[in-house]
Amino acid sequence: MEFSEHIKTANVEDVVLRRPFYQPTKGTLCVTGHHLIFSNRGGDSARPFLLLLRNIDAIEKSVENLLGYSRLFSSTGQSQRPSVSSGTITLKCKDLCVLQLDIPGMEECLNIASSIESLSSLETVSEMYPFFYRPPFLSLQDQWGLSSTEQHYAQMKEIHDGWRVSQVNRDYSVSPSYPPAVIVPHSIDDETLVKAARFRQGGRFPVLCYYHRETGTVIMRSSQPLSGANRKRCREDELLLQAVIDGSELGYIIDTRSSQQAQQARMTGGGFESKSCYRGWKRLHRQLEKGKVLQESLIKLVEACGDQSHSVDRWLSKLENSKWLSHVQTALSTAGLVAECVERDGHSVLVHGSEGTDTSLLVSSLAQLILDPDSRTLAGFLGLLEREWVQAGHPFQQRCAHSAYSHVRLRHEAPVFVLLLDCVWQLARQFPLAMGFSEPLLLRLAKEVYASDYGTFLCNSDQERCVTGVKERTHCLFQSLLRANERQHYSNPLYERTELAIWPSIQPPSLQLWKGLFLQWTDDALHLVEAQKVIQNLVSQCHRPLNEKVENTDG
Amino acid sequence: TENCKLYSRLLILYPGYGVVENVRLIDRTVSRKATVGTLYLSATHTIFVENNPETRKETWVLHSLVASVERPPTTPSGSHLVIRTKNFQVLELLVPQERDATDIHASLARLSRPEKYSELYCLSINPTANKEEREESWSFLDLQADYRRMGVPNNLWVGTPANSEYRVCDTYPSELFVPKSATPPVIVGSSKFRSRGRFPVLTYFHQDTLASICRCSQPLSGFSARSQEDEQMMQAIMKANPGSEYIYVVDTRPKLNAMANRAAGKGYENEDHYTNIKLQFIGIENIHVMRNSQQKIIDIKTPSMGDFLWGLESSGWLKHIKAVLDAGVFIAKAVAEEGVSVVVHCSDGWDRTAQACSLASVLLDPYYRTMKGLMLLIERDWVSFGHKFSHRYNHLDGDPKEVSPVIDQFVECVWQLSEQFPCAFEFNERFLIQLRRHVYSCQYGNFLGNSQKERRDMRLRERTYSLWPQLWKDRAQYVNPLYRADHTQTQGMLRPNTTPYCFKMWKGMYNRLEKSAPPRHSPADLLTAVREETQQLEQELTNHQEVAPRGTAHSGTKQERPGRPAPSTGDGSVDSPPHDYRSTQRGPPDPAMTLPLGPPKGSDPDDLSSACSDIESGVIDLSSRSSSGGDDCKDPESDEAIYCPAWSGTRGPDTGRLPC
Repeated sequence: MEFSEHIKTANVEDVVLRRPFYQPTKGTLCVTGHHLIFSNRGGDSARPFLLLLRNIDAIEKSVENLLGYSRLFSSTGQSQRPSVSSGTITLKCKDLCVLQLDIPGMEECLNIASSIESLSSLETVSEMYPFFYRPPFLSLQDQWGLSSTEQHYAQMKEIHDGWRVSQVNRDYSVSPSYPPAVIVPHSIDDETLVKAARFRQGGRFPVLCYYHRETGTVIMRSSQPLSGANRKRCREDELLLQAVIDGSELGYIIDTRSSQQAQQARMTGGGFESKSCYRGWKRLHRQLEKGKVLQESLIKLVEACGDQSHSVDRWLSKLENSKWLSHVQTALSTAGLVAECVERDGHSVLVHGSEGTDTSLLVSSLAQLILDPDSRTLAGFLGLLEREWVQAGHPFQQRCAHSAYSHVRLRHEAPVFVLLLDCVWQLARQFPLAMGFSEPLLLRLAKEVYASDYGTFLCNSDQERCVTGVKERTHCLFQSLLRANERQHYSNPLYERTELAIWPSIQPPSLQLWKGLFLQWTDDALHLVEAQKVIQNLVSQCHRPLNEKVENTDG
Repeated sequence: TENCKLYSRLLILYPGYGVVENVRLIDRTVSRKATVGTLYLSATHTIFVENNPETRKETWVLHSLVASVERPPTTPSGSHLVIRTKNFQVLELLVPQERDATDIHASLARLSRPEKYSELYCLSINPTANKEEREESWSFLDLQADYRRMGVPNNLWVGTPANSEYRVCDTYPSELFVPKSATPPVIVGSSKFRSRGRFPVLTYFHQDTLASICRCSQPLSGFSARSQEDEQMMQAIMKANPGSEYIYVVDTRPKLNAMANRAAGKGYENEDHYTNIKLQFIGIENIHVMRNSQQKIIDIKTPSMGDFLWGLESSGWLKHIKAVLDAGVFIAKAVAEEGVSVVVHCSDGWDRTAQACSLASVLLDPYYRTMKGLMLLIERDWVSFGHKFSHRYNHLDGDPKEVSPVIDQFVECVWQLSEQFPCAFEFNERFLIQLRRHVYSCQYGNFLGNSQKERRDMRLRERTYSLWPQLWKDRAQYVNPLYRADHTQTQGMLRPNTTPYCFKMWKGMYNRLEKSAPPRHSPADLLTAVREETQQLEQELTNHQEVAPRGTAHSGTKQERPGRPAPSTGDGSVDSPPHDYRSTQRGPPDPAMTLPLGPPKGSDPDDLSSACSDIESGVIDLSSRSSSGGDDCKDPESDEAIYCPAWSGTRGPDTGRLPC
């Protein structure tokens, strides 16, 4: 299919663009297969404004037609004469920016709007922009992704005795959403894994995600067991979990559903690990919201942030009503619990909810950030995201199809990844020295996950990425973020590594609204960005002369 | 030991109950761990000293900062005492003998509610030891010089002797500035037409636009009364601004309140009687509403985010903060953008008026965003213009209905602004917290009494010290490292966003040192640390270059630098309990406190006078001194460092508290 089929009007002159932080400007609007391009005709040398169509979440249009057919007037009156028929398109983007285009001519306006509507909601992966994006500084020959399971395993010498890499899923037949290789206990053979996988939803049998050196305990994750209404058992699954706590008397299962929800899941074939079958495993329930509830929370929050009313009461009541900060609190609290089991009690933990592709990943990756200094570096954090989200099969394409503005009926959308980023921001705010990366990185990721030049967040699983050729025909965002000049921009100038666990406070006053994301298009955010620059300058001023001197002395 | 000697000299023990042993200090977090120690009651402080010979941590609570002492019912293990301080900290003690608890309760109840000024700290503790130093401390700020800085007097505004010896208005300062055309009869006549004689006078003059901010109290207009002199006074104020044809009269009260006052013969200006005034109501609530609102925000103690936000909303506190800031913004915009003079009043013109005028000054003039500027501003708009400090902050046991957190709100507005403009203020949050603390603590003479006249009559300048030079001396702790005098945020008028989402709860003030929360961790503090560290490294580098082969003591790694203020951010320690992630239904989290505010600064613990004048914190911690073997490093966050011992431990022996 050609993109041009969707483009009825490719160019419109004398369009006025209104966007945050800029004066309205007049220029030429151009629609291409993937972008809106706005160039300021003859104006300053500023580069044209480029908007990825994929970034557009909702489009609203209004047209005015005062004097019937106005073409006659507008074509003779040149640009001086105001066109009598005109339209306004409001674009609400997935990065929460709201833009407005005033377009002369009703027909043009409607054409542009319909092109945007159809092009921004294309669903065929291979037609998306990452398949066309070819920046000069990256080559398709580069490795796609930062690391593989095998490489990750190879780096962790200390687990080689007890754990092994299994290729049981090499053709994605055991679990379609798992990567080809996973880390499992040494004593469990592939045959057992295959059987255990049949007992877990989506074949997501328990796999290792983190090994804690200090206590020798681990964090595992999986999906729910398919025990069903008649309390089925699976010997292999029990063996697998037994092998995890081999030698120690206790392990914890953190179920991210309430116990009532877990009970109910049995009616639809799901379930939980019963005490009698899984000796030594203690189950704790922590209800984390996901899916529709979470998406609606985001929608309400964004709506509240856009409310220009001047009543504090109304704002606080809307903020409370959105429940977003409550979700942040629960996620951090559950991750804290997992970390506490591992670090303080010295017991291994298995995390799962139902599918094991959303809240389980949220909790396991936050727990790793709390515990593991390696995951708090810039590269380490991106590595964590790659392992725990991209490879682990978080269905990005489904979850991030639409954001907070869309009027489209919700299907699988849920801002789990945005919630993760918010929680990480809270951690970084509470421990400003501990993270090697800075807020701009989190903001960049929050934007890229919805609309990107890169292929990293395309598709729903590793398997889909292989089938559609994402790894061969797109570039990897993480690779790009680690290039020298980008790295500089996304590093935390105050970073100082600590080996200790960073226990976040989950008291309500300690958790704040993430202004940098939710209010990023307000002046307020501008002042904070300025402050960041001052910090950066300060640190570099402080360190530069000193480093030079030290070098001179050493020399 | 050294410390015992210190006590024996410091303590002027109350007969009968000076020292109680085997008292338990209970950690008010979930763990409710108790430390055993000895409780001392001195004339000025309650002091708890841990028995643990390793740490001997000390907790000091200034009597004048005690807000309440409660005695929950006695339990088999002893009697509980809960001490709440005016700076929102809570100390829970378990006393083994009921009789002792009764005694402590009774004496604290008495000590924390002085009946005479002479019982207050600044007047009872060795106040006049050094005459020269004392006099110097009072000449640290010069209000008249600040008026000269803004170009007053000039050909529009002149000083008037009308109020010398406080003849016209006993709550005003003796030196006042009025429009040049305002004759003495006009001044006196206007004064008679204003509540408590507080006639319109200049508080800020804006040199760029020649517009000014004047303040006064409500007119005694009732339903129909008018005063020719008062009308002439307003006319004179308008004339003193050559460029404008009208003035704003900002009544900071809600219109309904102002109307209600008319029945009592007071009220607001009738626009028909005054030529060319525009009356504007702002709607800041009265002191009673504010007192109740603050109590509600203090009482919010909930682990649930929903309940917290609901509590925040129902307290109304942020709504009031916004109203105060909105008043300041309105005035500042009128002056700087429209070039129109503003006359501000409320009822008596010493609470809301002080808030609105001083905030407008902060917004208008970058100078008031510096440390010295803010001191001057408080000295002018609050102290000299007769804000009733002793009544509002309950210095003496008095009418509880007079008490209200008026200056708290001003300080908080400045904090909210500093959150919005991180580079615009020379001082940090700690400076504001310390400022507010001293308004309540009475350790210095600045805020005693209710007017300049009262302070003069008490001869405070001869009997007490001024706070300002002390704060200035410690300014290193209070500097905002992001402040740049040449930064765009620093120039000209601040135009804050007052959309509701810009206001948040001031955690540093209301949830201080909650044990389970990570300590304050503003990047600003860290930067100060970075900067200090760099200086230190440079110093050492110089030393290193001078004494070249000096061995391996300084390997250049950051971890080994002494003196870095434990920057850390979190109780990242292994031994300190993480938060309660376990229970879904948590008990009340009870922000724990017991934490000292500032490091001790006296270099010689035996020197009584220095120890006294330096104990400026209600609750201080001497443990770093007693356990660090003479390491005199100053740790501005020492209070908080206690809760991140392991972290600070990784940085070497900088605090003397090692991880267990």
